[in-house]
Amino acid sequence: MGVEGIGARVLRTEDRRFITGKGKYTDDMTMPGMAYAAFVRSPHAHARIVRIDTGAAARMPGVIGILTGKELAADGIGNLICGWMIHSKDKTPMNMGQYPAIATETARFVGQAVAVVVAETRGEARDAADAVEIEWEELPAIIDPLQAIAEGARQIHENAKSNLIYDWEIGDSAAVEAAFQRAAHVTRIDLVNNRLVPNAMEPRAALGYYDAGSDHYTVWTTSQNPHVARLVMSAFYNVAPEHKLRVIAPDVGGGFGSKIFIYPEEIVCLWASKRTGVPVKWTGDRSEAFQTDAHGRDHVTHAEMAFDGDGTMIGLKVDTIANFGAYMSLFSSAVPTYLYATLLSGQYALPAIHCNVRAVYTNTTPVDAYRGAGRPEATYVLERLVETAARELGMSPAELRRRNFIRSFPHQTPVIMNYDSGDYEASLDAAMKAADYDGFPARKAEAARRGRLRGIGMSCYIEACGIAPSAAVGSLGSGVGLWESAEVRVNPVGTIEVLTGSHSHGQSHETTFAQVVAERFGIPLANVSVLHGDTDKVQFGMGTYGSRSGAVGLSAIVKALDKVEAKAKRIAAHLLEAAEGDIEIRDGEVRVAGTDRKLAWHEVCLAAYTGHNLPPGLEPGLKEGAFYDPTNFTFPAGCYICEVEIDPATGRTAIVQFVAADDFGRVINPMVVEGQVHGGIAQGVGQALLEACVYDRDTGQLVTASYNDYAMPRADDLPSFKVSTTETICPGNPLGMKGCGEAGAIGSPPAVINAITDAIGTNEIDMPATPEKVWRAIRASGLAEAAE
Amino acid sequence: MSRVELTVNGRSVAREVEDRTLLVHFLRDHIGLTGTHVGCDTSQCGACVVHLDGRAVKSCTVLAAQASGGEVVTIEGLAAGEDLHPVQAAFREHHGLQCGYCTPGMIMSAVDMIRRYDGQLDEKTVRHELEGNICRCTGYHNIVKAILAAAGTMRQEDMRAAAE
Ligand code: FES
Ligand code: FES
Repeated sequence: MGVEGIGARVLRTEDRRFITGKGKYTDDMTMPGMAYAAFVRSPHAHARIVRIDTGAAARMPGVIGILTGKELAADGIGNLICGWMIHSKDKTPMNMGQYPAIATETARFVGQAVAVVVAETRGEARDAADAVEIEWEELPAIIDPLQAIAEGARQIHENAKSNLIYDWEIGDSAAVEAAFQRAAHVTRIDLVNNRLVPNAMEPRAALGYYDAGSDHYTVWTTSQNPHVARLVMSAFYNVAPEHKLRVIAPDVGGGFGSKIFIYPEEIVCLWASKRTGVPVKWTGDRSEAFQTDAHGRDHVTHAEMAFDGDGTMIGLKVDTIANFGAYMSLFSSAVPTYLYATLLSGQYALPAIHCNVRAVYTNTTPVDAYRGAGRPEATYVLERLVETAARELGMSPAELRRRNFIRSFPHQTPVIMNYDSGDYEASLDAAMKAADYDGFPARKAEAARRGRLRGIGMSCYIEACGIAPSAAVGSLGSGVGLWESAEVRVNPVGTIEVLTGSHSHGQSHETTFAQVVAERFGIPLANVSVLHGDTDKVQFGMGTYGSRSGAVGLSAIVKALDKVEAKAKRIAAHLLEAAEGDIEIRDGEVRVAGTDRKLAWHEVCLAAYTGHNLPPGLEPGLKEGAFYDPTNFTFPAGCYICEVEIDPATGRTAIVQFVAADDFGRVINPMVVEGQVHGGIAQGVGQALLEACVYDRDTGQLVTASYNDYAMPRADDLPSFKVSTTETICPGNPLGMKGCGEAGAIGSPPAVINAITDAIGTNEIDMPATPEKVWRAIRASGLAEAAE
Repeated sequence: MSRVELTVNGRSVAREVEDRTLLVHFLRDHIGLTGTHVGCDTSQCGACVVHLDGRAVKSCTVLAAQASGGEVVTIEGLAAGEDLHPVQAAFREHHGLQCGYCTPGMIMSAVDMIRRYDGQLDEKTVRHELEGNICRCTGYHNIVKAILAAAGTMRQEDMRAAAE
């Protein structure tokens, strides 16, 4: 490892612009003549549009145009789609309801766009939007997914009977039934995985510009995957032809999944620019973010685990209802199926698993992938089950897990996944040691003397990352391949530009990707720049989500580097009159191994471009591209331990210790990886303790639509974390990486809740475990009197 | 319309703006200083923090007209030329930022916090003081570390200056 190469704690290249206020986010962009868009949104959760009157609004100062769904449909702009086909167990395809970018007849959630005003200033656009008059016919709203599928519930979409999108299953139900027949013990649990609002700190925004002179479209947008946005906007939404559309995702202020999807607003800004003849910018405010960014999670689950007489797991059955909200968002269908049920084996050698998932429409904001996407839900089911089982069986939670760990690899689970590598005992041991697990009883006794209830909980998670082998996801219903692409451009002076299809919105690619490149040729990090987020510059890309930028994105770069290296060696061999196989590139020098014959790296690069003396037949230049399609998912795994103290008088939970031991395979930059884990844990703790997305059950209003009501984790809700890594190299990709972006959010919620249930001695608590809920649970369990 | 005259990062600026223009929009839309961000509409996230007459304020909660005549320092005005302010340097050194969106507000709040406490900060105080700044990326761990480190540096610098 060099001081700047793989494994080094290199400070970030991108920081300078951010800490000096020079970052360039979408809302920072302006254009001459630019106008502002403001959306008119449905105030009702379910209502028919009887009439829209834009007359008074159109006469307001500064108004350039007011557009509705009628014009959108007239211009042939297509409906939003879900790009992953899921079939129900009766083989019928999922029931996708029509989702126009601007509602024409019916609005199905509060905040759905029904018209857009384009005006000269932000304020004028807002004023005019408020002046658009709409006559509504209110319809009954359904918020609860269980009510949505109950007898006689009002149907939300014409083509979805009983509001059911699909009724899907995976696994061998007969084998599971047989296991439960012979079980010595069965643990049962009912869980709600609470709905979350992603809340990237930069609200979504878009600036659309149609250049009539050259018949060319440009949109700046807050996207995690600008090429996918271009593809979808042209191929499905018909906004602009792909070869005439440039999508730029400049600096993006966090995504966590919510900026994967292509939303109505960017489509409308681009289309409205063509319609009005001016560049059109829209910037969401936080209330719009709450109402319209795709939400996450929202599962109701019953699960049972069967054990034989010595605590060996022999079967698992899971029944889940997933609330999709009012429309199917871009990847929604995959989340509670192939990203959830396929992870239900966890770290355990479970011989039989069956899972049934019903996806349901309700009159709420659409739900899609949010940090972890399906894998946090699977981990929550398993790890709460295991901890509960340990208590029922009178075994230590660590021992029960240890007894059932998968120990040999590759391991084929009963639910599709083939784990390639791992050492679950190593991360469990590392976490227990870091947490001083053995010292817990003494700490609990000491806390009791202070009148506090202390509890400890663990969670051993696994996730499938490095998403994903294209053929595999294609066979499972994905409409796209999930490879990645890269281009490495070596300049005549030896500096290098890397163009990547991955997109960094906090992940530090400009630094970590450059580390890999610098190490390969032994050149300074400062001589490498990383470019992303612009479809006119980068050849193609599938973007960043599913912890795929390292395992897939960097692998594409490595493939391109291999080609560059091979060509550079050919040129050097020719110049040095040596055999190609004898050339090595190290420390910025290209030398004949074992001799002092050498050229500087930049001399070889220059030779490639002068073309004065190249091997016969070799093209000049030194620039290579590559596409990398992974052969398998990667399987990061780890163990999290949370220790809490609860004040029985108030029900307030304080996290007094949080330990994470993760196996991410090879780590490029430990500082960056630790940062990813910190952020993930904060989101997981937020889900476990604070974040409640609440809809009024009668009116369907989103009650928690601002930071006044939705409890975001703040600095004093959290402790400092103890994070470390163990390492098993991933055999599936050239750098041996597994991915680290989502682990924290996946592993932490069950660890926190297991600690709370340990402290209060009852399992009856749902997330978020607010002081009120904990206080009530303590009263119900009778522990309060005991503590007093 | 109101006439707003301000000193921003040492430079005088004057503009005619709509009465309702917020200081943050004045900075971003009218004088092109886009380092100050907007993260919410309820005055809670702190992405918009600037210094007005030497105090940290949420610029989304001050009318530009209200601030008129005042002296504003934004994230763009914090470094002395090429030399980063110790808080900026500490955020980089300790990886106190990821996407960078909350960062300008965090840094401006931190500078104010360190000043108010004379650099005498501990973890608990920093966490409590960050009540008005939300970060979704970092889990605050490294932000807290960065602020404590910067407080230490600034205390030492002050002591050195006093000794000279
Ligand atoms: S934008 Fe000012 S506090 Fe959020
Ligand atoms: S660094 Fe992204 S919100 Fe703080």
